Amino acid sequence: MTVLALKAPPQGGRTAMGRDLAHLSDEALVALVARADAEALAELYDRFGHVAYGLALRVIRDPALAEDAVQEAFLAVWRSAGRFVAERAKASTWILTLVHRRAVDVVRREQPRRTEPLEAAPQPSGNLTEDEAWLRLQRTRVQEALRRLPDQQREAIELAYYGGFTQSELADRLGEPLGTIKSRMFSGLARLRELLAEPDHEEERWNEPEFTS
Amino acid sequence: MERTGIHELSAAYALDALDPNERGEFEEHLAECEECRDTVGGFRETAAALAYESEMPAPPAHLRRRILEDAKRERSNIVPLRPRWALPAAAAVAAVAACAAIGLGIWAASLHNRLGSRPEAIDLEGARGSLILTKSGDGTLVLDSLAAAPTGKTYEAWVIEAGMPRRAGLFSGGGRIAFVLTRKVPDGAIVAVTLEDAAGVDAPTSKPLFHTSAA
Repeated sequence: MTVLALKAPPQGGRTAMGRDLAHLSDEALVALVARADAEALAELYDRFGHVAYGLALRVIRDPALAEDAVQEAFLAVWRSAGRFVAERAKASTWILTLVHRRAVDVVRREQPRRTEPLEAAPQPSGNLTEDEAWLRLQRTRVQEALRRLPDQQREAIELAYYGGFTQSELADRLGEPLGTIKSRMFSGLARLRELLAEPDHEEERWNEPEFTS
Repeated sequence: MERTGIHELSAAYALDALDPNERGEFEEHLAECEECRDTVGGFRETAAALAYESEMPAPPAHLRRRILEDAKRERSNIVPLRPRWALPAAAAVAAVAACAAIGLGIWAASLHNRLGSRPEAIDLEGARGSLILTKSGDGTLVLDSLAAAPTGKTYEAWVIEAGMPRRAGLFSGGGRIAFVLTRKVPDGAIVAVTLEDAAGVDAPTSKPLFHTSAA
């Protein structure tokens, strides 16, 4: 059972440079990027740039710094795609891990920013593009899974992942022993993993074979 | 730190909630602990899913341009994959995923349009897998599963052009394989693999175990 967020969003033939890369798996694109194929990098950006930017902005809360973090992450993809093969991860996981790591590094440097509230992004109105609809679906699903976590586990995970706090900072902030924070993160993430793996009826809609002959 | 304690850090690590010292320490542990690598792998996937919970304003259009321009500027610094690099099993996942796409037929048409598309994947006959071929003729053999070569033996790849086999590298098998050929694959050539004595040979001594369908 695949965590649904790791599937590539549906593609609408957006390759700008004429090659039809839309049929390739994310992992195949990374293999091409490892061979310095810029069009493959563009295709990866088209697939994950939106969620990457959303994530970076959520963590950093500053559009210019979020852009920098996304740019650095994609350049890291460009430089180290050849090493990706040594990782035990899907391409999407790898890319979002790079984005998150950079976002967290930035927010720790820019300490004061992280407590400022983020203005809610305008929700797309009217007809959603396929991409927007897909992202919204993912979002609903992750929100639902988070909602089902015990409060303390959810709090620890959200503060760590979205807030960029270290486990020691979390222990201070929440007034709990470090060991408790570690346990909450571990149990929470393990539970979240199960919840995200649960099939639901909406899943089927997006579970069509990616490649049909 | 006791083992259970450090094992538990796989969650904080996946959430990027370790400070640089803790991160370094845990990464040292990861290098030695298969179990933690597995745990982190799963947790990373879960953490990445959290990215989709965020508000989703679209990135500004100039960001894509900036990234691609910078990447192209750096292109000369990119070191291409080393030849004769037989990737370990986990390493082959990317290529195998590419392979999965192939099996379902999307590449069938590309066999007839070799010069116009890249990379292409050519099915193998005699084994489950493909040859992934870039336009410039760099080939990678990708196999879901290949038994390890018997002791004293090696797999040897060949690029056969106009009936003339030329050596294209040795590899040992054992699980998933993504083997980068050491020789370019010219248009119209066939890639074949034989089992040979461990040092490799200059010309194949037996019938191929598997080969590409005629391209």
